[in-house]
Amino acid sequence: MRDVLDEALAGVAARPTRLILTTLGTVLGVAALVGTVGLGQTAAGQISQKFDLAQATRVVVEPGDKNGQEGEAAAELPWDAPDRLDHLNGVDAVGTVSTLDVGSDLVSSVAGLNGGEGKALTVMAGSAGLFDAIRAVLKTGKFFDAGHDQRGDKVVVLGKHAAERLGINRVDSQPAVFIGDEAYTVIGILDSVSGRAELNDAVIMPNGTAKAAYKLKAPDAIEIRTSVGAAQLIAGQAPKAIAPNDPSTLKVDSPPKQGAVRKGVEGDLNALFLLLGAVALLVGGLGIANVTLLSVLERIGEIGLRRALGAARRHIAAQFLVESVIVGLLGGLLGTAVGVLLTVGVSFAKDWTPILDNKLAFGSPLLGAVIGLIAGTYPAWKASAIQPITALRGA
Amino acid sequence: MSTALEMSPVAVALPAPVVEMIGVRRVFPGPPEVEAIRDVDLVIRQGEYLSIVGPSGSGKSTLLHLLGLLDNPSSGIYRLDGVDTMSLKERRRAVLRGERIGFVFQSFHLLAHRTVLENVALSMVYVGVPRRERMARARVALERVGLSHRMDFGPTTLSGGERQRVAIARALVAEPSLLLADEPTGNLDSVNAEAILELFDELHAGGMTLAVITHDDHVSERAQRRVRIVDGTLQW
Ligand SMILES: Nc1ncnc2c1ncn2[C@@H]1O[C@H](COP(=O)(O)OP(=O)(O)OP(=O)(O)O)[C@@H](O)[C@H]1O
Ligand SMILES: [Mg+2]
Repeated sequence: MRDVLDEALAGVAARPTRLILTTLGTVLGVAALVGTVGLGQTAAGQISQKFDLAQATRVVVEPGDKNGQEGEAAAELPWDAPDRLDHLNGVDAVGTVSTLDVGSDLVSSVAGLNGGEGKALTVMAGSAGLFDAIRAVLKTGKFFDAGHDQRGDKVVVLGKHAAERLGINRVDSQPAVFIGDEAYTVIGILDSVSGRAELNDAVIMPNGTAKAAYKLKAPDAIEIRTSVGAAQLIAGQAPKAIAPNDPSTLKVDSPPKQGAVRKGVEGDLNALFLLLGAVALLVGGLGIANVTLLSVLERIGEIGLRRALGAARRHIAAQFLVESVIVGLLGGLLGTAVGVLLTVGVSFAKDWTPILDNKLAFGSPLLGAVIGLIAGTYPAWKASAIQPITALRGA
Repeated sequence: MSTALEMSPVAVALPAPVVEMIGVRRVFPGPPEVEAIRDVDLVIRQGEYLSIVGPSGSGKSTLLHLLGLLDNPSSGIYRLDGVDTMSLKERRRAVLRGERIGFVFQSFHLLAHRTVLENVALSMVYVGVPRRERMARARVALERVGLSHRMDFGPTTLSGGERQRVAIARALVAEPSLLLADEPTGNLDSVNAEAILELFDELHAGGMTLAVITHDDHVSERAQRRVRIVDGTLQW
C-alpha cells in the first residue's frame, strides 16, 4: 500500500510542470466553489451579526411627506396612537417621541442663567411608554409615568450625556434643571437607549408637560417594539391602526426582511459562480483524465517494465489511479487555499469578519481527490489492460 | 509422461531443470496469422549459460517473452522451476515472474526520473521484500556490477554500458532463478559490450542460470550452450 503511494508520488513528482498544468482546472474549480460558498457564508454571517435583536424588533411610524405640496400641512400623528397600537398582537411596547421647539431657551442646572452659562441641549417629549419601547435603561431614578403625563407635572428625565453636561449624577436630592426660566425636577437619568441615540443628549419631559409649556401639537414619531419576528407584520398593520382613513399618509420604518437580504447576497451571482465552479471542475476532471491517458501512452515502457518486475494488472491500475487522485487532491488543496484567500481578501476589503465552515475547508480538497479518482479510473483501467509484450515492444 | 529430460540417458547426473518447454507454439492471430514459435522443446538447467541465436524476425523475442511469463503459449507445456505455468492465473504468473525471472532488455528500461539505486530497488517492490531491506540489497547488487559510485545518479547521466549494468543489477537483486537477456549488447559499442559479457561470465561462474538472446554470433559464442532459432523453430 505504501509502495503504491510512493511509486505514485514519484510518478507525479517526475513531471512538475505538467503537474501544475494538470491541476489548473481543478484549482480553479475548487477555488470558485470555496470562494463562492465562503463569501456566501461570510455575507450571511455579516447579516445575522448586524441583525441584532433591537434592530429586528423596531418599527418607527412618522408622518409622511406631503409630496412637496406646499401650504398643505403634513398629516399629524394622533396622541392616542399608542393606545391604538398597544392592543395589536405582536406589539410589546409603544411610545411617542417629539423634539420640542424651545426657541432661545437654554438648559441649566442653576436658576437665572438663561443666556449665561446655560447649555443648548435638545428638549424632547415622550409618552410614558417611550422608555420601554426604545429599551431605555436607567442609570438612576425612575421614568415618568402616565400620571406625570396626565397632570403635566414639571418633571424631566435626562439623557446620559445631557446629565453629564449639566453636572447632575444623582436624583435622590431632587435636583432641578431650568429650561429658560422654568424649573423642572429631575426624576431619572438614562444609562442607555437603543435606536434613538439623540435621547442621550436630550432633556425629556412628559407629553402633557410639553403640550402645556411648549404647545406641542402632535408627536413627531411613534416608536414600536415588537415581538421577535413580528416587525414585518406590525409595520403592515400600524398605519391602518393609526390612520384607518388614510394609512398611506404615514411613513413606516421597519427592519429589512432577513431572508430578503440573504437572498440578495446569495442570489444570481452565487448561482453563476457555483455553475462556473462546477464547469471548471468538470473541465479540470477532463484535464486530469486527458493528461493521465497521455501519460499512460507515454509511459508504456515503464508499464512493461513494472509488469516484468512482477507487477500484476491491479498494481498498474492502482499506480495510475493513485497518481490521478494525488493530482486531484493537490488541485483541491491549492484551490481551497485560493478560495480561502479570496474569501479573506474580499472580507478584508469589505470590513467583514470572514466565516468559513470547517466542513468546507476540509471537504474541498477531498472533492479534488474524488475528481482525480473519477478522472483516473478510465486511464488506469486502460493502463492495466496493456499486455506486457505490447508495452515492452512499444518503448 | 515423456519429456526430453527423461529421454536423456544422463538425466540423473544433471542439475534440476529451471525451464522445461515441450511442444510450445505461439501463434499471433492475424490477419495475417503468424506462427512466431512452433514446436519448441527446450530445457535449461540450473547454472546453465544458454544462448539463443537467430536472424531478425526468427522469433527470439517472442520466445524470451514466453520464457519470462510475459506472454502465454498458444499450446504446449511450460514448467518453470517445476511449476506448471499454463494453468496459472495472471496474478500468480506475475508473482512467479517477479520472483523467478530477471530481465535485461536491449533498451535498458530504466526510469529516467529515479536514481540508479531506486531503479534497482524497484524490482523488489512487487515481490514483497521488506522496505528496509531493499536499499541495502540494491547497494550490494550495484557493487557487484561495479557501480557503487553511481548509486545516486540519474540514469540519463550514465553511459550505455553503465545503464545496462544498472539493469543487470536490477535483474539480479531479487535473486531470480533465471536471468533472461534480450540483445543485451545491442545498443552498446564493442568495449561496453565486452564488459557486459564478462559480467555474464562472472554470473555464470557464480552459479546463475542465464539465457541470452541475440542475433550476434560473437555474443552467442560466449555461452556454454548455443541454440539456433530459425522461423520459430529451434535447431540444435
Ligand atoms: N504481437 C505480434 N503480433 C503479430 N505478429 C507478431 C507479434 N510479435 C511478433 N510478431 C511476429 O513474430 C515474428 C517473430 O518476432 P520476434 O519479435 O520474436 O522476432 P526477433 O527474432 O526478436 O527479431 P529481432 O531480432 O528483429 O528482434 C515476426 O515475424 C513478427 O512480425
Ligand atoms: Mg527481438
